[in-house]
Amino acid sequence: MRQIIQYIESYLDPNVKVTPGAAGNMFWVLVYILLVFGGLSVAVIAMNWLERKILAHMQVRLGPMRVGPHGLMQPIADALKLLLKEDIMPAEADGLIFWIAPFVVVLAAFTVFVVVPFGPTHAITDMNIGILFMLGVSSLSVLGIVMAGWASNSHYPLIGALRSSAQMVSYEVAMGLAVVSAVLMTSLNAQGTGTLSMIGIVQAQQAQGEWFIFKFFPLGLIAFFIFAVAMVAETNRAPFDLAEAESELTAGFHTEYSGFRWSLFFLAEYSAMIAVSSIAVTLWLGGWLRPFPNMLSGHIWDQVFSLFPGVTFLLFAAMCFYNTVRMPKHPLFRVQTIGLAGFGVVLGLIGLILFIPAVSTRIQDIFWFSAKVAGFMYLYIWYRGTFPRYRFDQLMRMGWKVLLPMGLGVLILTASVALLQEKLWHP
Amino acid sequence: MTDRNTSLSNLDLETPEKPFLDANELVINMGPQHPATHGVLRVILRLDGEKVLGLECVIGYLHRGVEKIGEHRTYTMFNPYVDRMDYVAAVSNGLGYCETVEKLLNVEAPPRAQYVRVILTELNRIASHQLWLGTHALDIGAITPLFYTFRDREEILKIYEKYCGARLTTHAFRIGGLQYETYAGFEKDVKTFLNFFRPKIDEYEELLTTNRIWVERTKNVGKISGADCIALGVTGPVLRASGVKWDLRKAQPYANYKNFDFDIPTGQNGDTYDRYLVRMVEMRQSVRIVEQAIDAIPEGPIIAKVPKVMKPAVGEVYHSIEAPKGELGYFIVSDGSTQPYRVRVRPPSFVNLQALDLMCRGQFVADVIAVIGTLDIVLGEVDR
Repeated sequence: MRQIIQYIESYLDPNVKVTPGAAGNMFWVLVYILLVFGGLSVAVIAMNWLERKILAHMQVRLGPMRVGPHGLMQPIADALKLLLKEDIMPAEADGLIFWIAPFVVVLAAFTVFVVVPFGPTHAITDMNIGILFMLGVSSLSVLGIVMAGWASNSHYPLIGALRSSAQMVSYEVAMGLAVVSAVLMTSLNAQGTGTLSMIGIVQAQQAQGEWFIFKFFPLGLIAFFIFAVAMVAETNRAPFDLAEAESELTAGFHTEYSGFRWSLFFLAEYSAMIAVSSIAVTLWLGGWLRPFPNMLSGHIWDQVFSLFPGVTFLLFAAMCFYNTVRMPKHPLFRVQTIGLAGFGVVLGLIGLILFIPAVSTRIQDIFWFSAKVAGFMYLYIWYRGTFPRYRFDQLMRMGWKVLLPMGLGVLILTASVALLQEKLWHP
Repeated sequence: MTDRNTSLSNLDLETPEKPFLDANELVINMGPQHPATHGVLRVILRLDGEKVLGLECVIGYLHRGVEKIGEHRTYTMFNPYVDRMDYVAAVSNGLGYCETVEKLLNVEAPPRAQYVRVILTELNRIASHQLWLGTHALDIGAITPLFYTFRDREEILKIYEKYCGARLTTHAFRIGGLQYETYAGFEKDVKTFLNFFRPKIDEYEELLTTNRIWVERTKNVGKISGADCIALGVTGPVLRASGVKWDLRKAQPYANYKNFDFDIPTGQNGDTYDRYLVRMVEMRQSVRIVEQAIDAIPEGPIIAKVPKVMKPAVGEVYHSIEAPKGELGYFIVSDGSTQPYRVRVRPPSFVNLQALDLMCRGQFVADVIAVIGTLDIVLGEVDR
């Protein structure tokens, strides 16, 4: 018993500066896995609500308002509905593959989170091939999509699957080139050795005192832009959502899926969005590092920025209370009003807890990482509200004739500039 | 892919049947239950990958026998039925029918009725175009314009509701004029709407007109030449976007359109983008017409002297108006009894739909959706 406690406590030693996976502490690995996947599920649920709400407000309507205060319970109601739905499998479908496909997609989307660095120690594990692992595993989801489209044995899913697999494969090339140019920047140190580790990449940005988006301006920015476009295509989201173009192919590769299986595709789509956003954040936006580390440096600014997590949650709580006051004063709305106030209290308490110094220092990096990813999530919703859909040939032209040459050019230029910098300015 | 030289003259209308198992061909059944076929249109697509080799429209799922019903109803009783054909432009349908019967009876609506008719019909043109814009943009993937246009269309429907109690199938006109006097505050409501609506067109255009993706999706898509349009009988904005300046409001003025000053927009390329631009300008022109009409409504009777029991002299008459979607014609044969001997409707959607095959050949599946949207068909009118 004491040994077990010792084993657990050994990781809590402040001298341990690595992830639980790297430290080889299985207990904490398990805890982190549960935390990450629990957090991911909550994020997907929250994203579902936020997307409907934000999109609705962009489109001069209210969005969900009935289930819970301001529709807060809507995602839960939806999830319940999906779970209770009849599980339909088309008679002509290839049963086994039809059954496996959603799991492949979900598995690919979830596994990548093993290496996502929420902080220098806040990752399940740190691999020396982290970014490669992420790109590799996330591209496995194409397999699931093709399986789903093929096994459905129906025209629309087949075309949808062909479209999305072609799209994902071709955008992966441009994406990879952009990633390589960022990885190249990590090698600009005294030893001249780069890294593929997700944590190493962020640490390189910290060491060089510059986020890679600003590095070799505008080269880093262009690489980031290529990635930002490719990642939207990679996740099959508007304006590249041809695979599930509702007006053309009804629902694309998951037309024949219903109920729980369909919800798995939904889950996978949103967690893939979070996954690629976290790659972008890690590679170009300094991962868990707080903004303005150079301009606003020093102990005082560190203190100020450490207040951000708590303040954010207090703001959310304040929003809840403000809307509680605005709730209709009708007996029918009493439960909703109390619910909203209760939600506000919970958020406020979380906010207060985040002010405790011990907590706030540990939560800092997770907060900044999540905030940056949330920014990308908002962009996804914004795109969806603004852009029409690309046509298939235009999409392919964009991928191969615009993004790919741009990616190659950026890679070559980055390498040349880095080499020049090394030879000329620091011989 | 976009430069293709399909035109009616070199189109092989009787394509021989392909061999039974052609591995390159995929036959897809789009509709009748499909989110983008605007109702119950069924399109059988022959595809080579994503490319359309040919298509066939199967219609009739919404057939209600409107024309046949006309033979068993009196002239007055048939009037509400025409609203159910193009249900998004019910007022235009009513105007066409009433004017045709008036022509048959040799009566003319009094000036006050004429002005109110023009105002309501032009408002209806705006409403119809708004619905077209919203759904067309939705089909192409822009989901936001739909909500903008529906928000503004609501204001027009409110005016209708106040005027005659119905929002969609209005039955606003009667043979010989109007049944209802305009309500108190009608002019004010219409003016308020016009002032509200003018900046809204800019808002729609802001989202789409210069949007790169929108332009790429619509330019050179569904091209049709003016000559082909005329050969196929295509009318309305589709014809005008192909460069033919033909608008019945100017060409064969009916109602009192000759009193108003307005322009007829035309396009050059005859592609989806031009049709979009033409319709956007048409909305602005409609605003102009309503503006002129609302200030000039004369006082006087609202309905001409029409017999209670209508028995038009033996004869036949064809009359057509410029509905939002094109030429809407009515051909009525009278045998001297209280019921028409034959009612034949020339619906613009039905005739325009036959251009679909020509416009889609050699293009992509996604373009079929765009072209169906740009033709602005209403299946209630196609099938009647």
